[in-house]
Amino acid sequence: MAANDTASATKLIKGRVVLNQLLKFLFLLATMVGLIFLVLLIYRVLDQGLGFLDVNFLTSFPAPFPEEAGLLAGIMGSIFLMLLVAPIAVILGVSTALYLEEYAPKNRFTRFIQVNVQNLAGVPSIVFGLLGLTFFVYLFSLGYTLIAGALTMSLLILPVIVVASQEAIRSIPNHLREASIGMGASKWQTIWTIVLPAAIPGILTGSILALSRAIGETAPLIVVGAATTIYSIPDSLLSKYTAMPIQIYSWTVRPQEEWQYVAGAGIIVLLVILLAMNAVAVWIRNKFQHRF
Amino acid sequence: MRSSTTQQLTSTQTIIRKNKEKKNFRRTTEKMIPVFLFICAAISVLTTVGIFFTLLKESITFFAEVSFAEFFLTTHWSPWTGDFGVLSLIAGTLLVTFIAICVALPLGLASAVYLSEYASASVRKVIKPILEVLAGVPTVVYGFFALTFVTPVLQSLIPGLTVFNALSAGIVVGIMIVPMIASLSEDAMSAVPNALREGALAMGATKFETTFKVVIPAALSGIVASVVLGVSRAIGETMIVAIAAGATPNFTINPLESIQTLTSFIVQGATGDTSYGSTIYYSIYAVGMTLFVFTFAMNLLSQFIVRKFREGY
Repeated sequence: MAANDTASATKLIKGRVVLNQLLKFLFLLATMVGLIFLVLLIYRVLDQGLGFLDVNFLTSFPAPFPEEAGLLAGIMGSIFLMLLVAPIAVILGVSTALYLEEYAPKNRFTRFIQVNVQNLAGVPSIVFGLLGLTFFVYLFSLGYTLIAGALTMSLLILPVIVVASQEAIRSIPNHLREASIGMGASKWQTIWTIVLPAAIPGILTGSILALSRAIGETAPLIVVGAATTIYSIPDSLLSKYTAMPIQIYSWTVRPQEEWQYVAGAGIIVLLVILLAMNAVAVWIRNKFQHRF
Repeated sequence: MRSSTTQQLTSTQTIIRKNKEKKNFRRTTEKMIPVFLFICAAISVLTTVGIFFTLLKESITFFAEVSFAEFFLTTHWSPWTGDFGVLSLIAGTLLVTFIAICVALPLGLASAVYLSEYASASVRKVIKPILEVLAGVPTVVYGFFALTFVTPVLQSLIPGLTVFNALSAGIVVGIMIVPMIASLSEDAMSAVPNALREGALAMGATKFETTFKVVIPAALSGIVASVVLGVSRAIGETMIVAIAAGATPNFTINPLESIQTLTSFIVQGATGDTSYGSTIYYSIYAVGMTLFVFTFAMNLLSQFIVRKFREGY
């Protein structure tokens, strides 16, 4: 009887241990699915796009034939968009973060702004497109122009920059502020000469990641009327424009298979730019981490 | 001698005056800066107000032309012939979201459990950045991948599958939200104090039992919140469905058919030859309003879960 008990107990324990091992393997497998998917995606894009990726592709405008089509208008459009979005969104975002962290009184309105920023981050990007369409395109009568697209994009990534900047500013230890105030500096002098410089790495990392999101964003730009086919580089704030993801989208949805290769080539360019931006962000983060 | 004293005197006075000016200037700056910062902070509030205002105003114009009942109760959506039954767009959205969650929930949770409970620090250091890269891939790229890779693979498995279908789009949307669910759930699990795990392990539980009977129940609010946020993201996802799911409004639960979602109609309506002020133009906003209400409710629900059911240690 006792021997029987021991045997069955051993069996039970063995079963539990085996189950544990089995599930560990399953969890690993599930984690791998995401990675495999990423590898497949990159392989697929390279496989389809590399053949069409050459200097010509980078320096020519859209064309009716796949072999002649190029991404130049998209690349320049995206660069100009980012040159506008970066200062607008960063200045607004960092200012908002400074207000919330350094100046705002602890009252209901401050809490409201805070909750509001969090909720904005969860609004689908295409809804920002509708906001831009009503306000920037029609109400301010900017039309389907570069500046309307840039303003829409700025509002879209604003919450991301605010949250990242808040975290960076919050991580500055209070004794730095107290030392500065103790030396006779005013509040703004303390912020400008002590807090901001110390928080810059975190702010930069967050901003670059936010911009890299903006550069890949398609839906809101479609709604505020980025052109799909355009034969010029924007030369003023009120120019028509296109962007890399818009061109990739318009090539992807064409029924002929050759256009998918062109889209693949466009995606390679977009991903390389994104990867470069992310690498810079990670580099900044690692270089300036743990200074306090 | 005398003139030099006067000169010194005047120059001292100048310095005093300049210092005073400087001080005044600084005092004004000190006062103006918070005002400027406040205005910037107010812009984020104005953005929310603007979104509400835009969607409400244009939707009200829309509902003056199309009745509320027709919009929310009929199932045929064909704006170019005057049929505005948003239920078929909602059905499309929910279908894609359901498929996406079926993919993302097991994969995301399993990844979170593996990363938080099983993986060594060095493995985590490799896998987490890769998941971050996966989260940073633009959705138009996912759409391209769904259309040119996932759909052909599915077609070889399921004969007769159309080029545009809800299944392919749903799977890829699911993969897109895996990193989000994984990283938020992992945060929740990592926040469970080690003493709880050690207690269970010391009682003879295996790691798996510890995870499922102690860690996951303790982290449940964070996990559920991450899934709800994932649902919200899936509902609002635009480019993948616009590219891979087609543009056929379809009141169906069959994942093999071509459908249209709320978001992909907005894309179609904005790119087509929709003229400003037409009923179709306003219908974009009514659809946007519906979409906004769905995602907003999900986001509030997620915040509510975190706040209400947070475990304190």
